[in-house]
Amino acid sequence: MHHLNKLDTKMALLEVKDLKVRVEEREILHGLTLTVNEGEIHAIMGPNGSGKSTLSHVIAGKPGYEVTDGQILFKGEDLLEMEPNERAAKGVFLAFQYPVEIPGVATMNFLRTALNAQRKARGEDEYSTPDFLKKVREVSKSLNIPQDMLKRGVNVGFSGGEKKRNEVLQMALFEPSLCILDEMDSGLDIDALRIAADGVNALRSPKRSMVVITHYQRLLNYIVPDVVHVMSKGRVVKSGGKELALELEASGYAQFEDAA
Amino acid sequence: MPAVQETVERVKRIDVDQYRYGFETLIESDKAPKGLSEETVKFISQKKNEPDWMLQWRLEAYRRWLTMTEPTWARVDYPKIDFQDLYYYAAPKPKKTVTSLDEIDPEILKTYEKLGIPLREVAMLEGVEPKVGEEDPAKRKIAVDAVFDSVSVATTFKAELKKAGVIFMPISEAIREHPELVQKYLGSVVPTSDNFYATLNSAVFSDGSFVYVPPGVRCPMELSTYFRINERNTGQFERTLIIADKGSYVSYLEGCTAPQRDENQLHAAVVELVAHDDAEIKYSTVQNWYPGNSEGKGGIYNFVTKRGDCRGNHSKISWTQVETGSAITWKYPSCILRGDNSRGEFYSIAISNGFQQVDSGTKMIHLGKNTSSRIISKGIAAGKSQNTYRGLVTAHRKATGARNFTACDSLLIGDKCGAHTVPYIEAKNSSATFEHEATTSKISEDVLFYCIQRGLSQEEAVGLVVNGFVKDVLQQLPMEFAVEAQKLISISLEGSVG
Repeated sequence: MHHLNKLDTKMALLEVKDLKVRVEEREILHGLTLTVNEGEIHAIMGPNGSGKSTLSHVIAGKPGYEVTDGQILFKGEDLLEMEPNERAAKGVFLAFQYPVEIPGVATMNFLRTALNAQRKARGEDEYSTPDFLKKVREVSKSLNIPQDMLKRGVNVGFSGGEKKRNEVLQMALFEPSLCILDEMDSGLDIDALRIAADGVNALRSPKRSMVVITHYQRLLNYIVPDVVHVMSKGRVVKSGGKELALELEASGYAQFEDAA
Repeated sequence: MPAVQETVERVKRIDVDQYRYGFETLIESDKAPKGLSEETVKFISQKKNEPDWMLQWRLEAYRRWLTMTEPTWARVDYPKIDFQDLYYYAAPKPKKTVTSLDEIDPEILKTYEKLGIPLREVAMLEGVEPKVGEEDPAKRKIAVDAVFDSVSVATTFKAELKKAGVIFMPISEAIREHPELVQKYLGSVVPTSDNFYATLNSAVFSDGSFVYVPPGVRCPMELSTYFRINERNTGQFERTLIIADKGSYVSYLEGCTAPQRDENQLHAAVVELVAHDDAEIKYSTVQNWYPGNSEGKGGIYNFVTKRGDCRGNHSKISWTQVETGSAITWKYPSCILRGDNSRGEFYSIAISNGFQQVDSGTKMIHLGKNTSSRIISKGIAAGKSQNTYRGLVTAHRKATGARNFTACDSLLIGDKCGAHTVPYIEAKNSSATFEHEATTSKISEDVLFYCIQRGLSQEEAVGLVVNGFVKDVLQQLPMEFAVEAQKLISISLEGSVG
């Protein structure tokens, strides 16, 4: 608990309070509470069906979920009152477990449309073409993304690793204050995982928080969290430091099934 | 105009003999009597000062039309049209004069803004005229510039075309000034007996364009530019004839991305294209007629016959269409590949929303040797609309080495619309190679959410995904137009989701 107390002195970026969520009459989250402070990396671990992805979707505002109780505050504002695109403009970024393909829409065009939409929503000037190209080149170079990939349709024909790198590219470009990484390691071999994780680590900053959702401890060897939460049956059942992940790796999730 | 109405009523009451006498006075009126008869056809012909051969041609079509019945095979549904309850000729009414942009419906201005059409052009398209003694000099300047520009631009174009020897004029003028060309080609691609609506058009066509490009001439400009600025008023039965002589090239753009309203519900146009040896015609259409209201009331019936004849060897005809408007669309721009090694292309984007019904596609008729054709059709159905692709590809017994590639993709937005694909393929010789690919997909919630999570609004997301879907076809449009068409597509789909 000493560890958590120390963090309380920081500014809270995301506060999830007693959140209850239903999908088609079935309650998935039964009063979940979670606070992520500025600059922290939180890992959320748990077995399949514990509600990890539901949490990420509700924070991002995906349709199909009914919040029956509780609150989500982001920078002190009521996130649940905002449209998903407003949340994006405010700095919420969800890196998808399975990024979708959008045929015929060049990645470059997509990036620019999205970035300018966010800037416009914040009342900022849209990027000019040369400024935008310069920025994309810088970022993609640091992530080892070839220019050719940016000309292809969004994620069309991309390998699993390329798709995840494209997510990291967007994260770098949009400069969100909260990044939620949903099962980033799924479908990646160890080399691809390392490249993607390096990209994420490069984005660590005292002004940016991350919520890393994962089933396995493996990812946390590459993206080392400040706090680890264990979810089971729609609640956070245990929180601790990074050593909690290792503990879980050794003993499994079974011990928490009863606790929930 | 009550006086005119009175005349019309009076004419209705008198019998045919008296009607002939009454003709003199009637010609002063600007509307033909309601209904269709030989007299109506004569009235139209006389109004346009046509030579006798043209009148006879129309009358023959009219008599033929009487023996025909409306086609019912298309997948469209509408109340029976009473052809005797329509007017077949109305003199072009001068547009209501407005003196500044302030007088134009803000909704219309909003659409122009979304399309990115500069205000100066809006003033032209909406017919803003300068008012004498206008107090606000800024407002006045727009209007004056608009008129000045449209006159000067049109004149420059005319001079340039004349220098190249290209004939480009209303078909009513061409009938009088170039009768030998019109007589030779009119009805040679779409014969007067072709189909119910084409025959009707032949009898009563109002006006349209005539283009003749002499041998070896590459038309110095897209004939589109002209139309973007000059408002046409050709009425409901448009007739267009384009001839590209040996080794010539012309690109023609019909229509406008700006919203178009018309009081006439029935539109039955005919377009004929003739390409001689080594000639190429590129014909692009953007159709944005009034589609009806949100309950499906009103809207234009667009029953069009468009056909190109690749008459010469190595000739090429390419159709590109972006169809977003009309309540009902019945339209199959086709190519007759008569010349050896000739090529036909059809690129189509057909979008239906609300209660719109689209039955559109193409016919590629391979007659010559080593002819090839390509069909790329993108149908997008939203709201409660029905969208059908209907295509025919045939190879004649002698059309050895004929090749066709067809890709026909449909995209559904929402769960109350329908997309249908009806391909007819007929090869009468064993050397023909026909390929047909078809897909139907739904715009997925996951794709939309992905875009929205990145900051796009719901509508921006739909627009982006749809524009990606139609990209192959958009690329075929003339450059300046592709951008507008892209925006038009997004606008047409507004309110289609959620």
